Amino acid sequence: MPEPTMNMPEPEAEGIIHTEVDITPLDLGGPTIADGEKLLEVDDVTLRFGGVVALDGVSFDIRKGEILGLIGPNGAGKTTCFNVMTGVYQPTSGGVRFLGTALGRRKKFAITKLGIARTFQNIRLFANMTALENVMVGVDAHHTTGVISAMFRLPKHRSEEDTGYRRAHELLRFMGLDRRADELARNLPYGDQRRLEIARALATNPSLLCLDEPAAGFNPAEKIRLMQLIRSIRDQGYTVLLIEHDMKLVMGVTDRIVVLEFGRKIAEGAPAEIRDNPAVIAAYLGVDEEDAS
Amino acid sequence: MSTSTAQTRKPRLDFKDRVAGLPKPVKIVLWALFAVFLFALPLLNIPFITTEDSDFGGVLFTVATYVLVALGLNIVVGYAGLLDLGYVGFYAIGAYVVGVLSSAHASLPWLVAVPIAIVVAMISGVILGAPTLRVRGDYLAIVTLGFGEIVRLTLVNSQWLGGARGITDIPRPPGIELFEVPSLDWSNGTPVVDLDNTTTFLKFGIGDFVPYYWLALVIIVLVLVFDILVKNSRVGRAWEATREDEDAAELMGVPTFRFKLLAFSLGAAIGGLSGALFAGKAGFISPDSFQLLLSILFIAAVVVGGAGNRVGVILGAIVVSYFPERFREFADFRVLVFGLALMVLAIFRPQGILPPGRTRRVKRADEREQVLEEGLPDA
Repeated sequence: MPEPTMNMPEPEAEGIIHTEVDITPLDLGGPTIADGEKLLEVDDVTLRFGGVVALDGVSFDIRKGEILGLIGPNGAGKTTCFNVMTGVYQPTSGGVRFLGTALGRRKKFAITKLGIARTFQNIRLFANMTALENVMVGVDAHHTTGVISAMFRLPKHRSEEDTGYRRAHELLRFMGLDRRADELARNLPYGDQRRLEIARALATNPSLLCLDEPAAGFNPAEKIRLMQLIRSIRDQGYTVLLIEHDMKLVMGVTDRIVVLEFGRKIAEGAPAEIRDNPAVIAAYLGVDEEDAS
Repeated sequence: MSTSTAQTRKPRLDFKDRVAGLPKPVKIVLWALFAVFLFALPLLNIPFITTEDSDFGGVLFTVATYVLVALGLNIVVGYAGLLDLGYVGFYAIGAYVVGVLSSAHASLPWLVAVPIAIVVAMISGVILGAPTLRVRGDYLAIVTLGFGEIVRLTLVNSQWLGGARGITDIPRPPGIELFEVPSLDWSNGTPVVDLDNTTTFLKFGIGDFVPYYWLALVIIVLVLVFDILVKNSRVGRAWEATREDEDAAELMGVPTFRFKLLAFSLGAAIGGLSGALFAGKAGFISPDSFQLLLSILFIAAVVVGGAGNRVGVILGAIVVSYFPERFREFADFRVLVFGLALMVLAIFRPQGILPPGRTRRVKRADEREQVLEEGLPDA
């Protein structure tokens, strides 16, 4: 008998994350650009709700292959910025360009098809569908099967279903959820739900993956594991935009950081620069600074 | 191999898994027997099940139309999550298109009128859905409720449509008289083949409603197959995603409006088909046949059975339509008993008799995948 402590499973019995699974973005014939070039440009975006200015002339860009951190105190406009990028809100002025084309008044699902996928700050899975089905909905974003081809099980339906199931399973495996595939999303543990949201977003084959506080509610160990996961998602060829509250985490995982405060961009740069930027410290790290001294 | 997988993952095999575990020929035989039983049901005259006060064939036909309507409404309410309280409108449109085209203003045969009725009902679904599916939840329920009443009032007030008197002399489905099917007689306590009381296959007459029931049963099977095929596809997933969280679905690339409209028009088409069937059997339709109460009963069938589960809604439709006929002797208390039953159900099975379970297909696909990837699970 080996010593019991040696082979003890992890306490949460979490699924094993298989970062070696190949989930590189599929080439669906859309425009492609080289690493380091501008993937998405937020150009002087202003958004007003009545008298409230939620975003005030915000401009920044996301380059292909990087992990960009979007940080700021509560109410700074981070999620609003996400919502403008994914078509939930139309900017009052300014605009967003993705892969060189203006998003304009495109519908939300059309923007997703262009290649921007997101997760939600508050988990918004399809609760009464299985984990696999949740991911399949994402995969379906690029499918065109309609009633007729489903009704007669035409070859198009079959091939889309087959490749879709394979892709969905690979994504679940990558996220360590393959054992949970046929469980209802609402029955999954919290951490699995968070990762399932990422899997579902990845399933839409995005060029840009936007994660809205994916580590919210995680303990420090889980957070570190998630950040490693996010890095390996990037290494598979995705560009990641990350909203996160935990400064240490953001510093550790991102390539560049954009800081918002009261709807304005107050700083942009490499993590080290941001850490030393007095405006950022004043706005956001001020409390930490006092604690430290 | 697959059974051991199932057992390690889920020690207790429920009924569904047991049935699924049977060898394929056995399953086919069981299904065939079940189908034969359903077709023979009105002729078996099984005591207690058979309604004594009214013609059992006619009752079964009514039950079958409710089942058909419930299946159609289940697509709208159960899958896509759109509360449609005016479903009777589509049922009426289906019936009236048949009435107008085959009796009132033209004399097309019933078989030609039915496909037109389906298409017209479908188009009316698109016309109603296009503006109204932009509102959600309770608002949609109110708009559709209005639609059902608008249709009925239009029928009452339009002289072209026969007004309150309705349309008479609607032709029956075409039949061929091939052979006689005897029924069973239980009057002595044991079943005896009664050669005097026969049903002609396949004669759509006025005295014997069994052939109508057979026709409805065939249509139900076709609609069920359609339902299963479409539900297990991108379309079904898109409906469910829309039902679960419309905004999230949209952001995951589902054109939700398009899929809602699709669900609405498919549901309308099935509603129209049921109406056409009803018109063909009744031979006479009037606005009185399409009261608001009917819409409520349709919704009750879906909700009682378990919205989103096709077997559930079939059971729900049977409960809603069969029991009132079976217990006609308590006719005065029908609504009271019905209300009590609904309350009991709401307390003990708030999701309906059979709430939607996950499809076995997903589970099986998953098990296959796991076996492929990891070999047999560790014993």
